[in-house]
Amino acid sequence: MFMMGCGNNGNKTQEKAGALGSNAAEKVYVAPGEHDEFYAFLSGGYSGNVTVYGLPSGRMLKEIPVFSQFPTSGYGYSEETKPMLNTSHGFIPWDDSHHPDISQTNGELDGRFIFINGNNTPRIAKIDLSVFETTEIIEIPNSAGNHSSSFVTENTEYVVAGTRFSVPVPQVDMPINEYKGKFKGALSFISVDPEHGHMDLKFQIIMPGFNYDLSHPGRGNSHGWFFFSTYNTEEASTLLEVNASQNDKDFIAAINWKKIEEYVNNGGGKKMPANYAHNVYDESTHNATSTMKKEVLVVDPTEVPGAVYLLPTPKSPHGCDVSPDGEYIIGSGKLSADLTVHSFTNMLKAIEDKKFDGEAYGIPIMNYDDVVAGVVKSGGLGPLHTEFDAKGNAYTTFFISSEVVKWKLGTWEVIDRKPTYYSVGHLMVPGGNSRKPFGKYLIAMNKITKDRYLPTGPELEHSVQLYDISGEKMELLSDFPSHGEPHYAAGCPADLLKPKSKKFYKMEENKHPYAIKAPQDAKVVREGSNVHIYMSTIRSHFTPDNIEGIKVGDNVYFHITNHEQDFDVPHGFAMIGANTSEILVMPGQTKTITWQPKQVGVWPFYCTDFCSALHQEMQGYIRVSPQNSDIKLSWSLDGE
Amino acid sequence: MKKHKILMMVGSLLLLLLFAFPLWNITLEAPQYPTPLGMDIYINKFEDMHPHDIKNINLMNHYVGMKYIPETIPEFKIFPVVIAVMVILGVFIGLKANYKWYLIWFILMLVLGIAGMYDFYLWEYNYGHDLDPKAIMKFTNPDGSIMGFQPPLFGSKDILNFKAHSYPRLGAYGMFFGMFLTFIAYLLGKKEAKKVKSN
Ligand SMILES: [Cu+2]
Repeated sequence: MFMMGCGNNGNKTQEKAGALGSNAAEKVYVAPGEHDEFYAFLSGGYSGNVTVYGLPSGRMLKEIPVFSQFPTSGYGYSEETKPMLNTSHGFIPWDDSHHPDISQTNGELDGRFIFINGNNTPRIAKIDLSVFETTEIIEIPNSAGNHSSSFVTENTEYVVAGTRFSVPVPQVDMPINEYKGKFKGALSFISVDPEHGHMDLKFQIIMPGFNYDLSHPGRGNSHGWFFFSTYNTEEASTLLEVNASQNDKDFIAAINWKKIEEYVNNGGGKKMPANYAHNVYDESTHNATSTMKKEVLVVDPTEVPGAVYLLPTPKSPHGCDVSPDGEYIIGSGKLSADLTVHSFTNMLKAIEDKKFDGEAYGIPIMNYDDVVAGVVKSGGLGPLHTEFDAKGNAYTTFFISSEVVKWKLGTWEVIDRKPTYYSVGHLMVPGGNSRKPFGKYLIAMNKITKDRYLPTGPELEHSVQLYDISGEKMELLSDFPSHGEPHYAAGCPADLLKPKSKKFYKMEENKHPYAIKAPQDAKVVREGSNVHIYMSTIRSHFTPDNIEGIKVGDNVYFHITNHEQDFDVPHGFAMIGANTSEILVMPGQTKTITWQPKQVGVWPFYCTDFCSALHQEMQGYIRVSPQNSDIKLSWSLDGE
Repeated sequence: MKKHKILMMVGSLLLLLLFAFPLWNITLEAPQYPTPLGMDIYINKFEDMHPHDIKNINLMNHYVGMKYIPETIPEFKIFPVVIAVMVILGVFIGLKANYKWYLIWFILMLVLGIAGMYDFYLWEYNYGHDLDPKAIMKFTNPDGSIMGFQPPLFGSKDILNFKAHSYPRLGAYGMFFGMFLTFIAYLLGKKEAKKVKSN
């Protein structure tokens, strides 16, 4: 099992494998019918979703579609959810989901929402954790490669969306080699309504044309600040592999967002034309609406003195992580072996003493020696991301040397290191991006899987590894495949979400415009070439079932209401030849899917979810007649 | 006031609990219902134990041809009146009447109670046996007769994949205890009458 362990650690671990092996199995075993202790929400990367796992078992509980069409439920195919994927570029049924983050109150996880960024066509989505469904998506203008995203402030005042690629702001047709000085990086602050969670793009800070890689909020004393790591401070526009690796130090940008918020609240900033979509799903109408917004408030950071500083950080830092107490900001130089840890207190002191080392585009640059608190001489290669436990320890992943290194905050000494299989990106401790990490488990999300599982052709799902971090030394407990390319993850105790979990939608609260309140209200209505079928599902039949009088060229809308009011009794609906997908309708919910019959005949539909002993009988027919036919619309109701 | 008089009145007043709390409960357990389905029976209504339980019982029962549990039954009009009359009567007897009337009230209540239980049994029998001849699933007993799905009057019973439990609830316990008190009142009254005589 540990034969692939790297270098000096391999042997040591191997000795213990026998005895610990069985012990590890016990630690991840969750008996049938029992529940896991933690939820882990993994971004699905190029799958555009979020997958939910139980820890410690590693069982996959659910796949939540966010930025991708999802035939399993009809998300992005049903009429109600299509607006969720609307953007200023039109309907985009895909994105690259990267960094999930759970909402917080007083710096602790509150379990209301998860936010996640779409990297490709910049977007931020909100998932409601009472239903584990995506309920809001906002597009981010002036942004590209929405990577340093989506992390929340201590009371979920804001979710940020930092651009990875700087671009012309506003967009303009110009030579790319004139990048330097002309391209800009937008850092967006999206406010979250404390009551409803509704998102609103409150302001954008228009920064120099660096690449903004990752970010984390301050907390505790540093609450009110946000930190963004940068690369390509060279502002190169070609062969970045080389040309963006020339500066010995790039920056971590420290943003005093409270100061900018105050500036904006007092009428600061300027309104700029923009075009971006704001998509909101309403749980009572079971419908999403997409609104195009035409304006955004932008802030020039040099007009708010004292709001933005640049902290020199060696060598193309990637991760930018803040300790639970908010004091330390950890920068991991991708091309370095060391971690650079900045001190928030030192930073404030240097600002107070006005000790700067020049400026970039009018933004003060701090003295490296004034702000650095310490350096972790790790001995690993390619440090990326750091998370924390509740006992003052930090855990950093090393991509190149494939390992997790445990070290102590304050003394910077390395305590332990364990191999990963292989090439680890992010890691996650439940509550890791909060003041209160639950330091029992750590998962490492590895980019390369190779021989860890049975081969499945040239591609394997990425591997997730679970470590017990409750002791002085880390212990690898298990690994399991994940879905897509998981980047970051967010985790929380199951007890935080279980009591809030919705079991079904209440029929009396269903305000869908095409809902019917009871099966006897089922009907078929023709409006020109549009035919609306108001259909009910219940175990184990559709009402109506046999429909005649539909014609070739009609546009048929199936509005399906599931009249069950019981936990976990969805019904599906699928129509032969429909150019969409099936839909899965939850108890008390209404969903609509369309069908354009192209051939005459008698065509069946059926329930796709094995709902009862007579699920196979849950079916019906639609008779399709020629366009000029005069067959009257008719249908059968409950066997009559 | 005399102790037996108080007991008689308290005993009959305890029947008032029936207006606030369920008389009986039927609960159905099955593996696919980790939270069992249940119905509380009051003197004037059926009520879900958890939201939509009755709807879900109906949905499930339609497979074997059982009718939907009615919104209301005629008994729901009669029972509250009977109980109200008995309470008023009991208090009146406690205040004004001779202890022998306690026993008459007790026996009357006992008869009414048994009649009520019998009526409930008939309703259950009908509910469990009056099946739709076009039922989706038909089950027969070992002797070939059509299987009924009558819940037990009292106690627990296996019905296909379900375990049905039928037990009294707080309202009924209040009534039983109240009746018990009126009987004690009768005994006390009788004892006191003897004492008075022997003096
Ligand atoms: Cu079905």
